[in-house]
Amino acid sequence: MKNQVSVEVHNLTVSYDGGPVLWDIDFELPQGQIIGIIGPNGSGKTTLLKSIMGLVEPSSGFVKIYDKNLDDVRERVAYVPQRESVDWDFPASVFDVVMMGRYRKKNLLKRTNKADVEIVNQSIEKVGLTEFKNRQISQLSGGQQQRVFIARALAQKADLYLMDEPFVGVDAATESSILALLQEMKADGKTVLIIHHDLQTVSEYFDYLVLLNTRLIAKGNLQEVLTKENLSNAYGGQLTLLSKVVDLIKKTEFPIREKDVDL
Amino acid sequence: MNTFIDFITFKDPNVLYVVLGMLLINSSSALIGTFAFLRKRALIGDAVAHALLPGLCLGFMFSGEKNVTYLMIGAFASGWLATYAIDLIVNRSKVKQDAAIGIVLSSFFGLGIVLLTFIQKNAAGQHSGLNTFLFGQAAAINKSEIIAFAIILVLIVIALVLFYKAFVIVAFNKDFAHSVGLPVRFIEFLITSLTVLAIAAGIQALGVILMSALIVTPGAAARLWTHKLRLILVLAVCFSIFSGIGGAYVSYANSGMPTGPWVVVILSVFMFGSILIAPQKGMISRWRRARGNRKKILHENILKAIYQWHESQKLHESLSVKLKTADLISVRKFDTSDLLNGLNQLMRKDFVLRDGESYILTESGKKESRRIVRLHRLWEQYLLKRTTIDTDHVHSGAEVIEHIISPELEKELEKELGITGIPEEDY
Repeated sequence: MKNQVSVEVHNLTVSYDGGPVLWDIDFELPQGQIIGIIGPNGSGKTTLLKSIMGLVEPSSGFVKIYDKNLDDVRERVAYVPQRESVDWDFPASVFDVVMMGRYRKKNLLKRTNKADVEIVNQSIEKVGLTEFKNRQISQLSGGQQQRVFIARALAQKADLYLMDEPFVGVDAATESSILALLQEMKADGKTVLIIHHDLQTVSEYFDYLVLLNTRLIAKGNLQEVLTKENLSNAYGGQLTLLSKVVDLIKKTEFPIREKDVDL
Repeated sequence: MNTFIDFITFKDPNVLYVVLGMLLINSSSALIGTFAFLRKRALIGDAVAHALLPGLCLGFMFSGEKNVTYLMIGAFASGWLATYAIDLIVNRSKVKQDAAIGIVLSSFFGLGIVLLTFIQKNAAGQHSGLNTFLFGQAAAINKSEIIAFAIILVLIVIALVLFYKAFVIVAFNKDFAHSVGLPVRFIEFLITSLTVLAIAAGIQALGVILMSALIVTPGAAARLWTHKLRLILVLAVCFSIFSGIGGAYVSYANSGMPTGPWVVVILSVFMFGSILIAPQKGMISRWRRARGNRKKILHENILKAIYQWHESQKLHESLSVKLKTADLISVRKFDTSDLLNGLNQLMRKDFVLRDGESYILTESGKKESRRIVRLHRLWEQYLLKRTTIDTDHVHSGAEVIEHIISPELEKELEKELGITGIPEEDY
């Protein structure tokens, strides 16, 4: 059973400005599925992805990927940040950005080799941007930029893919090409974890869901998660009490837990 | 002319030092400054430059003379401290970066001026030459400084060659660099250290107040000319070196003219020149594009009016009646002088022929005239089919769009609407 787990999040708490953004999150995710992380705005979805990727420091808890620490399996994980998180006016071509998917700590000082170029070209082909390969990234549409980011992740040849809102602001053509790609990845046994905010499309896109609002509301397959009760817990303002407590913690700069209780 | 020949042949050995110094300083700061610019930390360069002053003064106080090693160490330390202080304020308080930069810049600079005054009041400090650090004095560059500047440039070039990939990825997408396990902290430390070093090197020539220009401006100007990063780096270095040597020459040819401010003035000419004339992004090319569009709209409107006149007389199959300007104005309210200009330009394009006071379409003019009318009406049909819009609103939308529909889009419209000829309906 244990080796079927792709991501294990254990008792994870992350705070910004003294208030918890993620609070005692604890779950294990299966392998080989397309998993959606859903929840309202400000529910900690991006923070969850960033903590899995080691980009934010948790105040307690840990994350294991394939039962190992991130540093031991880094090459098996690919991260697709939010498209708006970078300046697309940066002087680089599509090829340049996708090539970044081949960068590793150990090849940082080396020149890129033929095999890398081959992989990058294939990845660009897979997202249908071959004719734009040498185009400046500033001259692409939003959907094309999103596909550049996905191509970069593909070039990493990982097993686990973490994508932050890949469907935001993309055209219909990009959406369907991303969906086709996801099915292909799933068929290859890859695990894809996707932050998504549009409840309408959840059931078409995902096999498995994590419903989040600062705390873990529900997780499991679609029928288990998409119940009226779960959704109203996450979206319906049922958690006003929780957010009041969070505000209080922030205001008083109170510790989230007593040190020794965590053991 | 003689002064120029004297200058380029280094008749005065001092000129050689100044030119060499400018070459080294300006290359260093343009290269590493371009990355500061791309990382959107250009303003921090300004704060660092000002913040070097207390370090320089302390370096002087420790060594008791203007020793380049001590001064550089002092400058490097206080430059780093300033960068660290800015990040600390941003991370640990609610003060935002712009305010943090302002606070650190002014407080370090204030402290520097205090120390400077203190040194100058002492007997030993009176001829220290430290006051040149405010605005710089390129003429005072000496041999040991040239060596120090050369070492700094070599360090920057080595770092760039070795870590080019890392510099680019950290500047573009830091989180991603982290996620693939690159040593982001180390790379940022490297970029910051090299930036501080480059600024420290330039203080002697440019002074703490103007030095930030050499960090920010070359990269910003070069960015307007190309999208290719390597080319941006080369251009930035060229702009900067040209300004450096130009400033040195102006100062040489007119004794008493300061080098540093002239370097910055020439560099600014490059900057504003680039804003004006850079291809695509420059103001002039945008202005020309706008003018071209206006002309195109006028030409196409005239051709369309000719068609519409014929249509009103049921003669649009032939389009071969000679028309006076008044006829066209009766179809569409043209400004008479615009109309005459437009007709003249259309004659040059061989779309229209003149016969006395009248105008008639050529064969290619007829074709073009039909094309415009067709695009206008196809677009109207498209809007009516695909969107909810009243028929009396659909015309004004098509008025603009008819001028920009490309042949490819025309084909797609045709396919989608299943219309071949020119639609009869005109809204």
